[in-house]
Amino acid sequence: MKPAGKSAHESLYFDYPHFEPPTGPARDTLRDPVTVAIIGAGPVGLTAALALAQEGVRSVLFDDKASFNDGSRAICLSRASFHIFQALGIVGAFEGKALGWTTGRSFYRGRQILEFDMPDSPSERFRPMYNLQQQYIEQFLHDAVAANPLIETRWQSALTGIRDTPDGAVLTITDPVESYDLPARWVLACDGARSATRALRGLRLKGENYEGRYVIADIQMDHEYPTIRRALFDPDCRRGGTVLIHKQPDDLWRIDYQLRDDERTEDAMAESAVRAGVAAVLRDIGHEGPWELEWWSVYSANTLALDDYRDGAVFFVGDSAHIVPIFGVRGLNNGLADAANIGWKLGWVLTGRAGPQLLDSYTAERRSATLDVFANATKSARFMTPPSPGWTLMRDAALSLALDHPFAGDLANPRQFTPFTYAGSPAVLADDPAFASGPCPGDLMPEARLDAGFLTDRLQPGFSALCLDPALTRAVNDAAEVGLSAMTLPATPGDHLDAGPATAYLLRPDGHVAARWKSASAALVLEAFRALTFRTGDPS
Amino acid sequence: MTQADLERLYEAMAHQIDSVGVDHAPLYLAKLALLLAHHLDDPETALRSIADAARSLDAGPAR
Repeated sequence: MKPAGKSAHESLYFDYPHFEPPTGPARDTLRDPVTVAIIGAGPVGLTAALALAQEGVRSVLFDDKASFNDGSRAICLSRASFHIFQALGIVGAFEGKALGWTTGRSFYRGRQILEFDMPDSPSERFRPMYNLQQQYIEQFLHDAVAANPLIETRWQSALTGIRDTPDGAVLTITDPVESYDLPARWVLACDGARSATRALRGLRLKGENYEGRYVIADIQMDHEYPTIRRALFDPDCRRGGTVLIHKQPDDLWRIDYQLRDDERTEDAMAESAVRAGVAAVLRDIGHEGPWELEWWSVYSANTLALDDYRDGAVFFVGDSAHIVPIFGVRGLNNGLADAANIGWKLGWVLTGRAGPQLLDSYTAERRSATLDVFANATKSARFMTPPSPGWTLMRDAALSLALDHPFAGDLANPRQFTPFTYAGSPAVLADDPAFASGPCPGDLMPEARLDAGFLTDRLQPGFSALCLDPALTRAVNDAAEVGLSAMTLPATPGDHLDAGPATAYLLRPDGHVAARWKSASAALVLEAFRALTFRTGDPS
Repeated sequence: MTQADLERLYEAMAHQIDSVGVDHAPLYLAKLALLLAHHLDDPETALRSIADAARSLDAGPAR
């Protein structure tokens, strides 16, 4: 919501663009068949389109709005999300604007009980977390989409019907001019928590709702504090409640505060109530200067997901497939990982580099990732908003004990986003038992320093074989498989790979380890590449 | 631990519960349990004790 007298797209710091529906000659081709229709041009849909385009696949984005989402919404991007943007060649814009951070502090009744650092080191290309308003995320993604000849975007164009055909689906799209039908081979439903696609398919999210409600408000103020996430438990301004404070670019600050059970949501959302709630928090953190209210909303925690992320020709991507609690910043980051995952897989299938069975691994990998997020986020949600007297008493006991005994403060550590491992997925091989340590098949390959740069800067698109032996690198590259390249790692890559002189790691296009061998050969690498791309009957 | 040690613990807890007051007793006891479990450094024994102590809470007079 916005302060009285301000429209949804009036902002203290951001100029929202206005997008027209298709006009003129663009309307002549509205009914032409499309290979991939993407419903929803939010951060997830835009990322999916870019991921497909990187594989050489055309797509058309449909969005019922005339601009970006209003309000700053999701503001925390994880390191893994920055790696997704890096692989798409667009991370520069994000690095130029976002605020990187590593540290969180938790306070109980005004006294600090915990300071934690997320894993970081000079061998990491990116920081563990970045704060950036969602409008900028959408703008930077849209800048890349608008410049990409493989992507067409149709604004003010809502999905109002969908029916299956033997070759995919026929979509009914309604824009301000007319309703029209067009055939699509595949559909990516990236239309968010209130997905129209999901409703039209008659599908429902299943799971649990939690009791705690939070007001989330963005304010602009001149406030001196580093980019450190602050969590205030039982502060003076909200006895019995929890407050979260995040710094964003442009002197914007995100303040989340928990509502008491006896506060009605409608009352708490009134502008005067939000101003009073924010003012109380600012008194607690010692801010005495002026501030301006930008935007606010209300939020409650849910763990909801579809049983299957695929329904015929439709894949559900991001919030349309799952809703996760805000604590631990896994909503948008999980959605971006979905988009990157389906993007490369569908791209490879549509360009003949992989068999259709590869698509079955999408639900297997990404729904498992969501269930893992649920497990972690449920822990966080129980700590932030205890659901019963027992949880409340133990949470308070931990916080109270932490004032004098630091061990108890670790119970307040939110354990932020770590990439999920796809171990056990049909799109990775079983591990080589000769390894005693190092990243297993399914794990995201750890970043490493190489010469003057980083491993992830050197990776080519497609599958990558990282070889210790230069002769193996040559042998793999001599096979000239489309979509597979090899590179040689330094003779001593570090203990973290448990490597011997003939070791090789095979990475997927998304940077996850597909397979590894303590003693590799070109034949093993090529066999794995063909198996993992499900190309049966290939000449070998 | 001798019988005398056990009696000293018993008395100290009785005094401390009275001293923190009935309103704070649940929080105090929860903190104490966490702290003792931390010092015990034996999660299985701690988990067994958590379950054991919940038995017979409403034991009435013997019939």
